[in-house]
Amino acid sequence: MTLQSLDSFCSWLAATSVSQVIQTVGWVIPAVQTVHILAVAAVVTSALMIDLRLLGIRGTEQPIAAIARRFLPFIWWPLPILLATGAILIIAEPARALENPVFILKMGLLLAAAGITLACQIPLQRNPAFWEISAGRKRVARLIAVASMPLWVAIICAGRWIAYVQGT
Amino acid sequence: MLDQFLQSLQDTSIATAIREGETLFPWIECVHVLALTVVIGSIAIVDLRLIGLTSRDRSVIQTTASVLPVTWTAFTFAVITGGLLFASNATTYAHNFYFQVKIALIAMAGVNMAAYHLFLNRGADSWHTPQLTPFRARLVGGLSLCLWIAIAAFGRWIGFTINTPT
Repeated sequence: MTLQSLDSFCSWLAATSVSQVIQTVGWVIPAVQTVHILAVAAVVTSALMIDLRLLGIRGTEQPIAAIARRFLPFIWWPLPILLATGAILIIAEPARALENPVFILKMGLLLAAAGITLACQIPLQRNPAFWEISAGRKRVARLIAVASMPLWVAIICAGRWIAYVQGT
Repeated sequence: MLDQFLQSLQDTSIATAIREGETLFPWIECVHVLALTVVIGSIAIVDLRLIGLTSRDRSVIQTTASVLPVTWTAFTFAVITGGLLFASNATTYAHNFYFQVKIALIAMAGVNMAAYHLFLNRGADSWHTPQLTPFRARLVGGLSLCLWIAIAAFGRWIGFTINTPT
C-alpha cells in the first residue's frame, strides 16, 4: 500500500461511525487499554516463567515440559484478546498506530517472539525431554530464553512508545 | 504541609529532569509497565492456584515459593519507577482521584496478602491436591485478583485524567 492510500484508509476508518463512537465515549479507550495490559501481563509473565526455567533459575524441581505445559496456554490464548483490543484501539485512532514506525516495529517484534516461542514448543510436543537430553540441547534452550526475554521487553517498550512517537 | 513536601519533591533536580526531558518520562513508564505486568501476572499465578483453577498438580506452597521472589523483584522496580513518575508531577498526581484510589487499592492488596501469610495459610502445606482449597484461601485469591485488576485499571485512568500522552 502506498503512503497516500494508507493515509486515506486511516481517514476513512477514523470517519466511520464505529470509530466516532469509540472516540466520543470517553471510557472506552482506557478500558480497552486496561484489558490489553492485563492480557500482556498474562503473556509476558508466562514467557518469563518458561524462560527462567530454561535458564535454570526458577522451577528447576520440575521438568521443562511440565512448566511449558502449565504456561504455554497463557501465551497463546490471550493473543485473540490482544488482537481484538488492539484492533479497537486502531479503529479509534488509525493513524496513531498504522502510520507509526514504532507500531510496525512492535508487530515485527511480536512475530519474532511468536516464532521463538514455537521454536521452544514444537520440539517439546514430539519429545517432552527434548531440551534436557544433552548438554548441547540445554545450551540451545538457554539461548532461546536469552533471545526471548529482550524481545518481550522490547514489545512492551514499543507499545508504550506508540503514544509518544508521531506518525509519518 | 503535605503540599509543601510534594512541591519540594517536585522541585528536586531528578523530578525536574523527568518532567522537562523529552524521553526520560516515557522510558521510566516502559520499565513501570514491564514491572507491573510481571507483578500482576505472577500474583495471578498464585491467586489462580489459591482459587484452585490452575497449577493444581502442584501444592500451594510450591507455587508461592517459585513465584513470589519474581513478584517481589518486579514490585521493587514498579515502586521505584512509580515513585519517579509521581515525583515528576507530585502535586498533580497527589490530587488525582484515580491515583488516590490506586494507592488505596494497593494498600488493600497488601493487607489481604499480609492476612493470608500471617493467619490464613495455616495448613497450607496440605493444599497439594487437585481438590479445592479451603474457602478462606479461595476468598484471598479471588479478592487479590479483583484488586490487582482494579489497580491496573485505575493506573491506566491516571494517564487519561492528567495531561500526558496516553
